[in-house]
Amino acid sequence: MAFLLKDLIKKQAPLASGHRMCAGCPAPVIVKQVLMSTDHPKVCTNATGCLEVATTIFPFTSWKVPWLHIAFENSAAAVSGVEAAYHGLANKGELPEDMKNAKFIAFGGDGGTYDIGIQALSGALERGHNMLYVCYDNEGYMNTGIQRSSATPIGANTTTTPVGSQSYGKREIRKDLLSIVVAHHIPYAATCAPHDWMDGMKKSQKAIETEGPAFLNYFSPCIPGWKIPADAWRKLSELAVKTCFWPLIEVENGKWSLTGESKRIADGKAEKVPAVEFMKNQGRFKHLFTQKKDDVLALIQADIDRSWDFYRKMAGY
Amino acid sequence: MKEQKKSWNELPIGGSILEAGNSKNYFTGTWRTFKPVHNAKLCINCYFCWMHCPDDSIVIENGKVTGMDLDHCKGCGVCAEVCPKKAITMEKEEK
Repeated sequence: MAFLLKDLIKKQAPLASGHRMCAGCPAPVIVKQVLMSTDHPKVCTNATGCLEVATTIFPFTSWKVPWLHIAFENSAAAVSGVEAAYHGLANKGELPEDMKNAKFIAFGGDGGTYDIGIQALSGALERGHNMLYVCYDNEGYMNTGIQRSSATPIGANTTTTPVGSQSYGKREIRKDLLSIVVAHHIPYAATCAPHDWMDGMKKSQKAIETEGPAFLNYFSPCIPGWKIPADAWRKLSELAVKTCFWPLIEVENGKWSLTGESKRIADGKAEKVPAVEFMKNQGRFKHLFTQKKDDVLALIQADIDRSWDFYRKMAGY
Repeated sequence: MKEQKKSWNELPIGGSILEAGNSKNYFTGTWRTFKPVHNAKLCINCYFCWMHCPDDSIVIENGKVTGMDLDHCKGCGVCAEVCPKKAITMEKEEK
């Protein structure tokens, strides 16, 4: 189903303004895309992270849906509990009329998903709860002061991988979370980028309406963490897809496919842009250009090529 | 803005917030350095700014973009960046 902006504007925005996310942070846009993709009643849980601390500073909340905050590691565990309780109430016939056919959505940052929350996520996926887990991946622990996480790309300058004469930033490659999630043989998993909102909303709708666990990994540029201007997220999100740093992938019942711009690149209808185009305007990669670390840039390009080849092969190209 | 804070025994159990979306009463517009200025003559009402605004600050009345909610707009400038007709420009906030 296509989404038309002229229909969407008539709906109530799921996240009220007045939250204290940084100016220009795309995470509220991601929440908007996910929650507006369906008209079912929704219940959300949120792992500790930027989104949680900034949207619910007591006594204010920006959420217009029932919402539960839970510790860093167990957003997925909490949403499975809420979902089980919902079925318990439904069996007893005690469900309020306006909560029939409710959908359950967990939000977590990359720290709460890739690192700390991965056992809860794995457990929830294995138990097969009817829920959607959305990871907004800003590639680091941005809220606690820009520490590296296992989603941080190689070469990035963070406070725990600082740049110096002996260090060029993070040395390890990113974790491939999508493959880990797909290895649970769940019905739906995908990656999205917020600039391609139509693709993101279609995937969100599919993920929410799929029976059983679903997973979305959303790209989310971080203004202070990546040291970029406040209006840069859209352009960076677009470049991440064009450079194949963040390919748009969909995995339905084990069948991999590419979507949007990534599909066009794989089909040969669009050029794959070199990774330096994506990195050159970001403060976290600035040292690679000022110190002329061409070997590290080559390392990053090789890592992107390797993962792109893998995804392309999985999608049958 | 200044209001009497509730004491511990008047607060909802577990620190629940019972009013959905009450952050509307908190004004983040004071963060702004640059403010978006909307030119209705150039605007084609594509609503791209509405889709990309993180603060839900694009005011739409009867299907037409009429301006910005400057009480909440943080002045990030994404709306001006995404506008295909350059109908939104960022101007320095001056007293």
